[in-house]
Amino acid sequence: MGVETSAWSPYRAVLASRLRAQRAYPVGFVLDVLGSLLVGLVELAEVWVIFSNVRVLGGLDFSAILLVFGLSNLTFSLADLFVGHLDTLPTYIRAGTLDAFYLRPLPVLGQLVTSELELRRISRIAVGAAALAAGLAATHASLDLRNVVLLVLAVVFGTAIFAALFVCAASVQFFLINGAELTNSFTYGGSYAASQPASVFPGPLKLLFGYLVPVVFTAYLPTLALLGLPGPAGLPAWLAWLLPVAALWVWGVALVLWRWGTRHYQGGGG
Amino acid sequence: MTSGDAAAAADPVGEPIIEVADLTRTFTVRRRGNGRGRRVRTTIAAVDAMTFRVSPGEAVGYIGANGAGKSTTIKMLCGILVPTSGRVRTCGLDPLKHRRELSRRIGVVFGQRSQLWWDLPLRESFSILAAIHRLDGAAAGRRTEELVEQLEMADTLDTPVRQLSLGQRMRAEIAAALLHSPDLVILDEPTIGLDVLSKARLREFLIGERAARGTTLLLTTHDMGDIERLCDRVLVVDHGRLAYDGTLPGLAGTVGAQRVLVVDLTHPTGDLTGIPGTSHLGSEADGLRQRLGFDAEATTAADVLAAVADRADVRDLSIEEPDIEDVVRRIYRSGGGTSPP
Repeated sequence: MGVETSAWSPYRAVLASRLRAQRAYPVGFVLDVLGSLLVGLVELAEVWVIFSNVRVLGGLDFSAILLVFGLSNLTFSLADLFVGHLDTLPTYIRAGTLDAFYLRPLPVLGQLVTSELELRRISRIAVGAAALAAGLAATHASLDLRNVVLLVLAVVFGTAIFAALFVCAASVQFFLINGAELTNSFTYGGSYAASQPASVFPGPLKLLFGYLVPVVFTAYLPTLALLGLPGPAGLPAWLAWLLPVAALWVWGVALVLWRWGTRHYQGGGG
Repeated sequence: MTSGDAAAAADPVGEPIIEVADLTRTFTVRRRGNGRGRRVRTTIAAVDAMTFRVSPGEAVGYIGANGAGKSTTIKMLCGILVPTSGRVRTCGLDPLKHRRELSRRIGVVFGQRSQLWWDLPLRESFSILAAIHRLDGAAAGRRTEELVEQLEMADTLDTPVRQLSLGQRMRAEIAAALLHSPDLVILDEPTIGLDVLSKARLREFLIGERAARGTTLLLTTHDMGDIERLCDRVLVVDHGRLAYDGTLPGLAGTVGAQRVLVVDLTHPTGDLTGIPGTSHLGSEADGLRQRLGFDAEATTAADVLAAVADRADVRDLSIEEPDIEDVVRRIYRSGGGTSPP
């Protein structure tokens, strides 16, 4: 063991051990990968079914919807890979093992995030990436510098937005005893909303998913901007360039909630 | 031991390592009331205006019934729980504001919860913890080796934590908490569920560790053997309040617990009643063995023995010390009435 002083070395030590632990059970790992692949494919099939009945939904045709689906799935499953295991927080709270995180010289949130890295989620990422690639090909979107920058922004900050939603959901767990279902509806519901063309939403939902829980930024707005479409009233396509602002907003809320939650933590009994 | 010297320099003598003043933590409990599912909120003070100080190098037993507020106090000392009111300083730091800095200077074991990675071999848990505490590689290796040797864990180092026996796991937990050589060690029921041999080993280790490093120890336990062997000071907490702060023998005196002089006599003798400061507790074998209870504050064993020798020939004698669990029970009973239900 060498002398490592970088800020990441403690996290790297934990993550490396988590990856080794997953390699210890290869059969279970393969089954998990296949399972989440299946879930991704079923969701994709759902889009397919809708578009075998209609030609255009919310102003987008099938190839554009593939882009929305691909971006929202890719960013959500990337966030799920990095921070999705935050939804095990209630288990830690109930078992009292969260206390151990308080006893180490690292931020509790950072430790929780790095407490696991569930590689089985790569199959969902693969489904999202494949849908995105197919969508790009089908829409003949030009991959000039502007669009590449836009795609990178969408993937990086879209992932950040979903990651912040996971943090918000976890923060709420400090207040709820059995709130996992409610908060799952928040994260998975957010991901579902992100995969829809927001133009079909009624006004209040546009406001909700466009500005308060800005999942519209993860897929719908970048798709509009990529394809040069104007976007519906209240959600103009140029908003896509404000992805970093949207991510900053949700992360601000998430960190305030998290601080509030950890302050409210009552301990796991004893 | 340069790290130990540095820590000692930062802690001038006289500066307490734990300082708690008027510390209070309340919990709101929602209970179903007697009417149609309406919920009643009640506030319970788990820790109620607690005040005490611990100086560096002390070994303090923190005892009390289940739910008396021991763990709540400890969690506030470590920065896990936010106090409702009052002041707490651990190693001179505010545990909430400086939780991360504090965690480098304290080692904590919660006996009933593991802080190790259940699916990893011990060796790996130790190296991760060394990385988390940013210990220098060589120093971490030396310290691990030292702990492994003293806690006799060499043959379990490659076993995943989930396969360890309770005794092995507890030793591993303690090694993990001491890896970064903390100034203050807080153990919450470290011997719970352990067999006699494992307990004895653990106590030996802690005594040795304190002698070598001058570590401050705060220990909660239900095992009076732990207190007798390890602690020179006892804090008794009852219903969130401090009921006693002093030495273990003094604790017995406070509640009027009696020492018992047991005398074996050469000839059958009538009951030895009326000896000043004693009460006759019983006779066996026609008065060949008699038991006399006396208050350690009122008289001495020598005086009682002299008075007995005036009346009978003493062949042998022994002195029974007060049963500490009984003493603590008495404290709970006397303190229970003044606390909220």
